[in-house]
Amino acid sequence: MCDTCGCNITHGNAHLIEPGGPLEKTDSGREAVGVLENLLHENNHLAQHNREHFDRHHTLAINLMSAPGSGKTALLEKTIAALKDEFSIAVIEGDLETENDAERIRRQGVEAIQISTGSACHLDAHMVHDALHHMKLDSVDLLFIENVGNLVCPASFDLGQHYNITLLSVPEGDDKPAKYPVMFRKSDVVMISKADLLPVLDDFQPDRAREYLHDLASDAPVFEVSSKTGQGMELWLDWIRNQNRLANVRQTG
Amino acid sequence: MHELSVCQALIDRVTLIANEQNARQVFSVRVAVGPLSGVEPQLLQQAYPIAAAGSIAADSELELETLPIRVLCSSCDQESDALPNRLVCGHCGDWRTTLVSGDELMLQGIELERETA
Repeated sequence: MCDTCGCNITHGNAHLIEPGGPLEKTDSGREAVGVLENLLHENNHLAQHNREHFDRHHTLAINLMSAPGSGKTALLEKTIAALKDEFSIAVIEGDLETENDAERIRRQGVEAIQISTGSACHLDAHMVHDALHHMKLDSVDLLFIENVGNLVCPASFDLGQHYNITLLSVPEGDDKPAKYPVMFRKSDVVMISKADLLPVLDDFQPDRAREYLHDLASDAPVFEVSSKTGQGMELWLDWIRNQNRLANVRQTG
Repeated sequence: MHELSVCQALIDRVTLIANEQNARQVFSVRVAVGPLSGVEPQLLQQAYPIAAAGSIAADSELELETLPIRVLCSSCDQESDALPNRLVCGHCGDWRTTLVSGDELMLQGIELERETA
């Protein structure tokens, strides 16, 4: 959805700007000025700028979101270890405090920039834009953005990523997509993480999680993975390889 | 908890538009919120005076309109109402739908008074 071509006007909201609609209302001495743009116009504008920047440098940008402790950093460690000979990888880490996660990533031998958000509960396009100033994207094929652990707020802020990946760890329960629909319906891939716990926490039914996702009209692929045992990692790694190939075809074609 | 950030972005836009319009005062700001926008109207309302303090919209009112969730079914091609976590077709039950309305977070308009020349 953008704010320039009118595609944000659907027949669900068009009545607002028609004659006699609420925007026509005027009082004596007062003037109603119609606007009709997204509240997060500035953020979305800068996110688009980031996306163009990624495209120009042939960088595939992936935004990782989940609740705190679902295993985003562990998944990244395993992913980097598996792919660092194929691709040049960099990571932007978002946390309220500490450089702990960035240090874990750097131990894998790739560049990591930590954004400390202070009290902010999400990353926004400005923070990512600032971080990009410290990064030479020319030499980066894959950029992972690890968002602040939070299933609510990050969903509202476009960062300029190409894909949203949401982790749902087995201990959290299979009904998370029903509880946090805004986040899960924006997910291009859902990863059921800590899948090695499925035999123990057998009230988590992966198929039930898939049904909840269908209820959100989502056909996102669902991968069951364990960063600990490596189970299911190949499907995820192949997905990345495929997207990277498609991105290169798109950008050079 | 991100409603204050959203409100600050809103006030930035309102200030910019009010300046462009040569406004002396902003009376009200109209915003449409869909339940799938990820923004809670009540929290937005509470954050608004904090974000607006000291701006041209300081004494203005935030008028919120909540929009319905509507989906269009790709199977039976009909539109229906839906719930935030159940976006399936209300007619045939198919889950392959597209959202027609419900994720908006839209600044609709501003009521203001211009500077007299």
